[in-house]
Amino acid sequence: MSCRLPIQPFEWLDRHQRVRFTLEGRGFEGYPGDCVSSALWASGQRLLGRSFKYHRPRGLLSLANHDINALYENADDTHIRGDVTPISAGLQLSATNTPGGLWHDRMRWLGRLSPMLRVGFYYKAFHSPRRLFPFWEGVIRRAAGLGKVNTAWRRQVTPKWYTHCEVLVIGAGPAGMQAALHAAEGGARVILVDENPHIGGSLDYAWVHDSEAASIRVQLKQAIKAHPGIQVMTGTVAGGWYADQWIPLCTPDGIAKTRAGTMIVASGLLEQPAVFHNNDLPGVMLASGAQRLVARYAVQPCRRALLLVANDEGYRAALDMVAAGVELVAVADLGDPDARSALADELRSEGVPVFARHMIHEAEGSDGVTGAVIAPRIADGQLDLSASRRFACDGILMSVGWAPAAHLLYQAGGKLGYDERIGQIVPRELPDGVYAAGRVNGVFALADQLQDARRAAADALAVLAGHTPKGDPLRWRSRDCHSADWPIAEHPKGKNFVDMDEDLQLRDLLDAAAEGFDNIELIKRFSTVGMGPSQGKHANMNAIRVLARTLGQTIDQTGSTTARPFYHPQRLDHLAGRRFRVHQRSALHEQHVAAGAMFMEAGHWQRPDYYGSPAEREDQIRAEVRAVRNGLGIIDVSTLGKIEVLGPDAARLLDAVYTMRMTNVKQGMTRYALSVDETGVIVDDGIVGRLGADRFYVTTTTSHAAASYRQLGRYTAEWGLNVRILNRTGQLAAMNLAGPHSRRLLATLTDLDLSEDAFPYLGIREAEVAGIPARLMRVGFVGELGYEIHVPYTCAAELWQRLMADGDDYGIRPFGVEAQRRLRLEKGHIIVGQDSDGLTTPYEAGMPWSVHLKKPFFVGRQTLEVLQPRTARQLVGFALPTNYTGPELCECLLVIADGNIRGRVTSVSYSPTLGHLIGLAMIDKPLAGIDQPLPIRTTDGRIVEARQVATPFYDPEGLRQRADLQLAEAV
Amino acid sequence: MKLIPLPDLGPRPRSEFDYGGELRRPPMGADTALWAAYVFNRQGAPGLLREWWYHRPTGAWYLFERDTLADRFIRHIPVQDIQYELPSADPAV
Repeated sequence: MSCRLPIQPFEWLDRHQRVRFTLEGRGFEGYPGDCVSSALWASGQRLLGRSFKYHRPRGLLSLANHDINALYENADDTHIRGDVTPISAGLQLSATNTPGGLWHDRMRWLGRLSPMLRVGFYYKAFHSPRRLFPFWEGVIRRAAGLGKVNTAWRRQVTPKWYTHCEVLVIGAGPAGMQAALHAAEGGARVILVDENPHIGGSLDYAWVHDSEAASIRVQLKQAIKAHPGIQVMTGTVAGGWYADQWIPLCTPDGIAKTRAGTMIVASGLLEQPAVFHNNDLPGVMLASGAQRLVARYAVQPCRRALLLVANDEGYRAALDMVAAGVELVAVADLGDPDARSALADELRSEGVPVFARHMIHEAEGSDGVTGAVIAPRIADGQLDLSASRRFACDGILMSVGWAPAAHLLYQAGGKLGYDERIGQIVPRELPDGVYAAGRVNGVFALADQLQDARRAAADALAVLAGHTPKGDPLRWRSRDCHSADWPIAEHPKGKNFVDMDEDLQLRDLLDAAAEGFDNIELIKRFSTVGMGPSQGKHANMNAIRVLARTLGQTIDQTGSTTARPFYHPQRLDHLAGRRFRVHQRSALHEQHVAAGAMFMEAGHWQRPDYYGSPAEREDQIRAEVRAVRNGLGIIDVSTLGKIEVLGPDAARLLDAVYTMRMTNVKQGMTRYALSVDETGVIVDDGIVGRLGADRFYVTTTTSHAAASYRQLGRYTAEWGLNVRILNRTGQLAAMNLAGPHSRRLLATLTDLDLSEDAFPYLGIREAEVAGIPARLMRVGFVGELGYEIHVPYTCAAELWQRLMADGDDYGIRPFGVEAQRRLRLEKGHIIVGQDSDGLTTPYEAGMPWSVHLKKPFFVGRQTLEVLQPRTARQLVGFALPTNYTGPELCECLLVIADGNIRGRVTSVSYSPTLGHLIGLAMIDKPLAGIDQPLPIRTTDGRIVEARQVATPFYDPEGLRQRADLQLAEAV
Repeated sequence: MKLIPLPDLGPRPRSEFDYGGELRRPPMGADTALWAAYVFNRQGAPGLLREWWYHRPTGAWYLFERDTLADRFIRHIPVQDIQYELPSADPAV
């Protein structure tokens, strides 16, 4: 039984071809341009899907991307909306959430249980006994949900892109098209978006036979096509509103992040269903849905229809149905047809019986509409069933009211309220640069919509030009009622659905109100109204009306919900970002690659972890450590933060930022630089070196380089200091030449006097090394005689190669981050962020010597003064015997004493120099003490007893860093 | 995405900035209770707030007065207006 109509003037179909597809094995056919639902309906298929909770048969409703009961899945997708998804050749669909299939859903009987499954049922029924909940949870999870995720999904990468415009117009109906045109003619760059594949909006389905509309349509469409200032984006949803007119435009190809100067929302209205018994049967649909079906897809909605109307739009739809060959058995007008425009008379003259002040009592049928019973409305929304009439029909069309598609207006911070006269929520106050035009603004007459659109566009242009907008958004608003205040009928058998996403009946909302939920936001969370896939686009308005009437409140008192982005659901691959991690490479990266480095991530840097093959990792690391201790090693430390602090107040700044005194650092010397925040917690450490009276060179940890520079700048501004700060982190490279032979190698490459007196430990010098201008610092991080050499980025490779070549005689060996960690652990030096955490003070870290409380001020001083006597934790060293063979120890293992957590391991590794495991642990102070036990719980639950030892583990006197030892060795 | 109006460069997207928190001045020499309140408590109520914003691409700090209820930048505050003197440190050596 084909319901396909002859060619309609604005239909979307390509009648030259046919497209075949299947639904659960049954073959169907349509034209290119058909959506799944229209093709099925054209073939006489009325059962399109089943409802979420009761598995009731459902058909067409809106054909506007809100028909969430006609939901399909295939191999790739779980949420294919039949009312908007185009058919394509070979498409293989099955209805979602239908155990046993669409036609034989095994869960059909659930509807009979509905008297038991009252609102809040789940919250109350499965609450106790608690031990049974896991069982019920399994039952509920199996029954609920929409669609099965294909876990063998293919990775899909969808790019995002950026665009911008001066005026973004959302909705390409009459108002949107006119607004776009007016704005473009005023010189603005305009983007006009519409979710449909063609522009035109209601002009092309609700005003098809209107003579006035005909000329408007041609004129607007041609002008928009011809205007170079308008970019039209069809198939595109303005998904949401973000700060400063930042709008994701969701296209079929992905999301265009759009910055708009101004935004005109001409998104129109969402037609709302009436609530009566069996209002969800296939064949009951919105009048606008029926109009879309006819005008876009040339499909007859039904043979014999009963219309329920409450506005002129309903009568216009009635005439459209007559033109489409539908026999109208009756029109029930919720109000007074004589108060309507001439359209009602026109319909009467066609011989259609029109009943004033009538409401549908119930629809009849089991798998589709077979009849309707209407009855006169008497006071308080009750129906006089003694005067009811029954009509045989296979369709019921509803045109009883509207809700604004005002989602973006709400998100933008607009204030909306209920207009009693037109019976609709309308904008009351909109933020600057945001305008509403057309029906979403309560403007209905076609000519008025165009005027309203010009008004909005003129206001947008004024704002863009820096003027105050002067338009009156109320000027063209309708003075007639377009929405019934109570399109709702109670019924003893219920099944009068308010929310068809969630199968909520009128009684569910009345019960929720009776339970004390007196605001729509609350009732939403309790009853789940508006929480289904359409997000209440067909449910919220009626729910608000039910709640308002039940509680004797106004609509405004009851409130309206703010729908969050996105307006329509978006595919996850459109939303997902791409993993985009930029690595910074040191100037020596190629040298490391050539030397066989295995790289690791260190912040945004790639650093050599060690050199050699992964199979030999541990051996290589130990060899690197031994090279530094016994011969010569070199490590790339270019990742350290390197900051120049210059100016008369440089010393004051550093003195106030670091815990140690910096004003008295002598020229040519460095000092350990530890910084804490205002809570006294360690945030960074490094070196401050003084090159002149007002010239300092500061290094920071790799991960804190940018933050240290940022913080120094902030304090300079805040304290009004005369200081210049240069971040040279990326501009300078640095390497640490460390080991007993370091001085001998360096001496061959520089004229600098390297003797202990001339260049002592902790000294800083500027000199040429191998002809390259360099800064040299005697540092002690790894605990051997060593020189940190800082050179320009472009010279680093040359110097590295020279050191490696000339160092060959001394057995020079590059070492990586892991060897450096072990070397510093042997010296008991902390790594900020590893041995310290977000609560660690210098006192806990065992570094009271680094805090100069006598200074009048440094950041965190006053806090540390308070915390010093209250220090409750302590970082201690521990060791395991040389012959330890127990379970592996690693960082973050807990220290357990008397069954309580008393601390954690912060560093632990094998010391190649000492030949056994050593580590650091942050523990409760009472447990700390040399030679005391340290019980560590390993990952398998066993307790390993380590012994606390003094730090540094290696060379506690620091003799290795001094020159005379080296000289003695050389002799 | 929020645009932040820089006095010299014009509006720049929020993603270029680090938030530096509310402008606060440490109560130098306060007793421990007052100092602890300064260190640990924040006034969370929406309203007019003076805040630090760090513009990463240019490495510069800015102070703005922002209406945190309406999320609206009201004005740029020259840093000279809020500067305070450090407690006198030792004279530079």
